Amino acid sequence: MTDLYRKDEEIKKEQFQELLSDLTRPLNHTSLTFKIWTGFLLLLAAGAGFMYFRQVQQGLGTTNMRDIASWGLYVSNFVFLIAVSLVGSLITAILKLSNVRWATPLTRISEIIAVAALISALLIIVVDMGRPDRLWHIAVFGRLQSPIVWDIITVNTYLVLSLLLLYLPLIPDLARLGSFMSHKPAWQRKMYKILSLGWQGTGDQLKLLEKSVAVLMVIIIPVAFSIHTVTSWLFASTLRPGWDSTIFGPYFVAGAFMVGAAAVIVVMYLIRREYSYKQYLTDHHFDMIGKLLVLTSLVYLYFNLNEYMVPGYKMKSGESAHILGLFKGEFAIMFWLVQTVGLILPIILLVFKPFRKPRPLLIISLIIVVGAFLKRYLIVTPTLLHPFLPVQNYPESFAHYHPTFSELVITSGSFAIMALVVTVFIRFFPIIPICETAHEKGIDQETINNQ
Amino acid sequence: MDFNEQNKSRRKFLRNLGLAAPAVIAGSGVILEGCSSPEGGSGAKVKVLTADHKLVEVEVAGIAANKESADKSYLTKRGRKGLEGKKFVLVVDLGKCKNARKCMDKCQAVHQLRPDQHHLNVLLMKDSEHTSPYFMPKHCQHCDNPPCVKVCPVDATFKRSDGIVLIDNERCIGCRFCIAACPYTARSFNWYEPIDAEKYKDVPYDIEKNVPQKKGTVTKCTFSADCLREDKLPYCVSACPNGVYYFGNLYENAVTNGTTGETVSLSDLLAENSAYRLMEDLGTAPSVYYLPPKNRALIPDIENDNSKKI
Repeated sequence: MTDLYRKDEEIKKEQFQELLSDLTRPLNHTSLTFKIWTGFLLLLAAGAGFMYFRQVQQGLGTTNMRDIASWGLYVSNFVFLIAVSLVGSLITAILKLSNVRWATPLTRISEIIAVAALISALLIIVVDMGRPDRLWHIAVFGRLQSPIVWDIITVNTYLVLSLLLLYLPLIPDLARLGSFMSHKPAWQRKMYKILSLGWQGTGDQLKLLEKSVAVLMVIIIPVAFSIHTVTSWLFASTLRPGWDSTIFGPYFVAGAFMVGAAAVIVVMYLIRREYSYKQYLTDHHFDMIGKLLVLTSLVYLYFNLNEYMVPGYKMKSGESAHILGLFKGEFAIMFWLVQTVGLILPIILLVFKPFRKPRPLLIISLIIVVGAFLKRYLIVTPTLLHPFLPVQNYPESFAHYHPTFSELVITSGSFAIMALVVTVFIRFFPIIPICETAHEKGIDQETINNQ
Repeated sequence: MDFNEQNKSRRKFLRNLGLAAPAVIAGSGVILEGCSSPEGGSGAKVKVLTADHKLVEVEVAGIAANKESADKSYLTKRGRKGLEGKKFVLVVDLGKCKNARKCMDKCQAVHQLRPDQHHLNVLLMKDSEHTSPYFMPKHCQHCDNPPCVKVCPVDATFKRSDGIVLIDNERCIGCRFCIAACPYTARSFNWYEPIDAEKYKDVPYDIEKNVPQKKGTVTKCTFSADCLREDKLPYCVSACPNGVYYFGNLYENAVTNGTTGETVSLSDLLAENSAYRLMEDLGTAPSVYYLPPKNRALIPDIENDNSKKI
């Protein structure tokens, strides 16, 4: 009897050891691919930094935005990044609260994507400002009437909550890392120790942690909905055809869940490949999140139908110029590509199980991400190019908007910064939760504590 | 009421006074040291008109220049308040517009704008296929329910009690939300360093004239608030050679034609000509009224129109 018990205990111990060394692999391992990847991102970020410096010196004239299309790629990108960040709440809060077990290894991935996207979104919106030197005016002269101020409040609240939801479940892992990573430099071990806040895995601590995370999961859901709803109101609160819509809030939130799920799939795939995590990010995980992607895409398709079909049916003046521009005008090719290849086709394919295997799912997700980015562009730009009054006495170029090289470099730089945040995180922290995974494998807290 | 004539004598008086005691008249911040100290000297006295139109007598020795007068923070503070007892309206008689564009030229010159920046834009309109075209000067509509003011995150653009919507270029953060919100395409942004930025770099910023322009901020029609403070008609209104514009105070129910100087009853002018406002259905409640383009002085030649080019 005692023998059997001891054996069982030893097996568990071994299991946990294996888990620890597996899940800390990214912290120890730097492949050539990783180095090239990081270098590439740094290069893009540096290029964007240079172009931004030039933009500050010369003014926003370095972009192709003008008095008619006064918002362009930067604002589209902001909306896109805010959309991506919503996935944090979807996977760590909504799925967890619904007791969806398969989402456990995806929580940290989705939360770091959320944090990285938010950081990048905050940067790109400052880039869009004509006077970034006056950012402090918002704190001093801020007016609560303006949806921009609502957006600033909600986005920053969401960032804080997301950081907490990233950090709190990380604490038990950090405590393990402090002792396990003995070969790491002293500062790094010290960092783990400080960040673990004296975690010992006692019953009281566990209870406290569970409670805090549960509270956070509940709070973050309305905040997540509000960030994208308020972002949609930046447009819906105006009188412009194409923006003057009552469904913009849920329409944006639905689109956000779709692109967020796709973004998580892309990162999941890359991590699984780079660190051979086949047993942690299994085909089953891809299959399940693929199903989630179908669901979110269907909801988004429903909103698209409402958003375009109803005004398209009525063809109210003002609205009609905008709709025709999308359906058969200047933006038709992009519009139909985004709607068919970026939305309808993925839904049809993802219904079939073979397309929810990792590789096909990756390709479909990449298409969805690109489509979602272009969709944001299609929401922002055509409306501005179709004001109520005719565009006259301006240079011909004012009637169109094509981003400049500088805008493209800065925008890719913002993606690079987002990817860098995720990359650096993976390098220093276990991207798949160690202790949570251990719990799910039936390893008891005592074994974890005694390691 | 005649803006040009009625106040001539008063302005003359003020100007003469200004020669004797520079800048005393410039505002409520007049510093009159002599008044506050009864045991002051017994020098010569002079009559002075204060900003609130009271005639007072002060000692010449006690008069000091108003240090605030040329200061931009003073100008900004003053500019945020509307002129008391006024609610300005512009009436545009579309029938008289011949696309002379003197208003546009004057506006761009006064406000130091680039050729592609418009506070005021004369548009060639054609409402539908079978209606005939006409020219429509389009200013900021100085709405009573201004969509631009609502969305400004820092109160840089604001509505005054006299109906004027202004923008403070010292405060604007350049987010351009107001441009996106304006249904009349009335606003412009300084995408580059403004023209003559070097020339005007030491000139204090005047919020009512919105000059000097500042890179990275939004600029817009001011209804020439600086002229109105001096009881003059707006720049564009006086520049028009064709009698298109009437401008005045709604509370006085009187508007003056900028070309002929003739003052007429606002309500009669609007009623007799079936005046309308742009996009009434949006609920923006503009301060600009249009008289429909009947009996046009010039019917636009739409085929040979070059108005789309600068």
